[in-house]
Amino acid sequence: MTEPIVPTDRPPDRPSRLIDDFAPSLVNQRHHDLCPGCGEPIAIRSLLETIEQVGATKRSIAVMGIGCYTAFSSAMDIEVLQALHGRAPSLATGVKRMRPDAVVVTIQGDGDMVNEGLQEVLHSAARGENITCIMLNNGVFGETGGHMTATTVLGQRTKNSIEGRRSDHHGFPISLAELVAGLAGTSFVARGAVSTAGEVARTRRMLQRAIEVQLSAGGFGLVEILTMCPTGWFIDTTEAPSYLMDTLAGTHHLGVVKDTPRP
Amino acid sequence: MNRRLVEGSEAIAEAMVAAGCRFFAGYPMTPFTEVLEHMARLLPGAGGTCVNAESELEAIGMVWGAAATGARAATGSVGQGLSLMQESLAELCHAQIPVVVLNMARGQGDYYQATRGGGHGDYRHPVFAPSDVGEAIRLVQLAFHTADRWRNPTLVLGDFYLAHVQEAVAVELLDFGPLPAKDWSLDGTSSGTRSAKILSPVHSYSPDPGPTDGRSPDGERLQVDYGTHLASIVDRIAAMSAGIEPLSEVGFTEEAVVVAVAYGTAGRYLRCAVANLRDEGLPIGYFRPITLWPFPSKQLVEATRNAHSVAVLELNAGQMIDDVRLALGGHTVIEPIGGVAFDESGFGISPLLDVETIEQRLRLALDRCRTRSQ
Repeated sequence: MTEPIVPTDRPPDRPSRLIDDFAPSLVNQRHHDLCPGCGEPIAIRSLLETIEQVGATKRSIAVMGIGCYTAFSSAMDIEVLQALHGRAPSLATGVKRMRPDAVVVTIQGDGDMVNEGLQEVLHSAARGENITCIMLNNGVFGETGGHMTATTVLGQRTKNSIEGRRSDHHGFPISLAELVAGLAGTSFVARGAVSTAGEVARTRRMLQRAIEVQLSAGGFGLVEILTMCPTGWFIDTTEAPSYLMDTLAGTHHLGVVKDTPRP
Repeated sequence: MNRRLVEGSEAIAEAMVAAGCRFFAGYPMTPFTEVLEHMARLLPGAGGTCVNAESELEAIGMVWGAAATGARAATGSVGQGLSLMQESLAELCHAQIPVVVLNMARGQGDYYQATRGGGHGDYRHPVFAPSDVGEAIRLVQLAFHTADRWRNPTLVLGDFYLAHVQEAVAVELLDFGPLPAKDWSLDGTSSGTRSAKILSPVHSYSPDPGPTDGRSPDGERLQVDYGTHLASIVDRIAAMSAGIEPLSEVGFTEEAVVVAVAYGTAGRYLRCAVANLRDEGLPIGYFRPITLWPFPSKQLVEATRNAHSVAVLELNAGQMIDDVRLALGGHTVIEPIGGVAFDESGFGISPLLDVETIEQRLRLALDRCRTRSQ
């Protein structure tokens, strides 16, 4: 969609549009406090837009993990239950069991979901809890300043794998989407990215599908979203989207992994 | 009263359901297992849910989520499992989410854990320590009321004996008075209103958004900042400490030279031993704290006003004795007469839980007291 060129030979016939005007209605604040180039605001914005789009606003509850994205708990205009690091899926289980009509999502990072809380997400998936877990995967502990997580890819440099992640010393990365998809209790599993407008659009469709599966009591959903972290990757902001596609997406492959909602 | 012979664990489960508990999650560990079994059996018929959690970490997480929706929810374990739950217990206190947690302890080694906690930051939670099944039925219901009244987790500290003793009791719903509405609970309906609710251990949402329509001038959802939130936690600890009625049982303390102190099952044995010695005319009394936090310090001071010695009977290396010392301020001789249970079952079935053994220790305490005053 191309905006028409604003004529300058006469006063404008409509007020100019601010960044504010483009903010989704479920975002309360017009700025974020995360680093320039961070992918997490795009991912969370996509989730909020999806919740609104499917008409689930008035029944949505987000259970937040702990990471950089936790700063959004005050920016989102949906109900928030703040969890401990790694523990969001069990809280979401309790919420959903008591409020089966609510749309319950967890928002967690790779450190939160795959390091600290792997057991939580695996068992929630195996139980087939009718919740949607969202994992913002940038392959580092961003909030601590760029340290190795369970999803850090081989060769990736972090502050505690300074020469790059080595399988003989640091072990191999965990690709969570494929791991979770292997469990009988899971219904929808996908991995998207926010590196380009096209990937954001694809991720939006994954999120929409995941929420719709939950709305139809279709079972457990996981959407893993690869997000840029130029600060934690120690690269230029502008290089981050291509680094994501070349490096992270080379190990954590994009696409829908499983789509078999229970009837 | 429709009394029937019921095992403690079953009576506790029935009391929780009677109190309106509709969510329970747990991980088996004896003697907590038996409560979990009964909740799994009872809750579906009461319109509730019992989830077999993968660990104690998940159990308290699930209860956290359920309680956040305003439901009465409970979990439990034994001391080891409670160790795993300490991080969540601290956060639940900070987030002001009321849950009830049972510690069906093995012996009495968990007094510090129950009353001090092993979690992070400044927090306290009320602790009730029943000594028999009838009292457990009442205190479990009072625990739910106290949790809701103060928006704070509340612990019930039982043990193997409480779980397994059968007594003739009636489980009836008790009314402890009105409670504030749970206007903080989550159901999704405040989403999209520009003042969606948030339940967090690090900042709290004000349900009264005021004239700014729930948004601060830069559009951020109105919240209480971290410092103010922490200050409110500290204030709430003081308010609970002052506002929760400390409960205790006192017997034979008039003219008593020695007053013995014990809680829970040990307190029940102590009561019997002291009654026997009183029949012999020995000047011994007993004091049984029922709330371990807040500790019934004033009642203990009153009960030991004329005593020359206070003997603390607990089945551990000496934990509650700290609270006795804090209450009495060093003006009285305070000595331990309990000890660690080395029974091989691991369930804290102490050889000390024997009336004659306790009588003997009380006689010796009285002898020492008389020797000192000669």
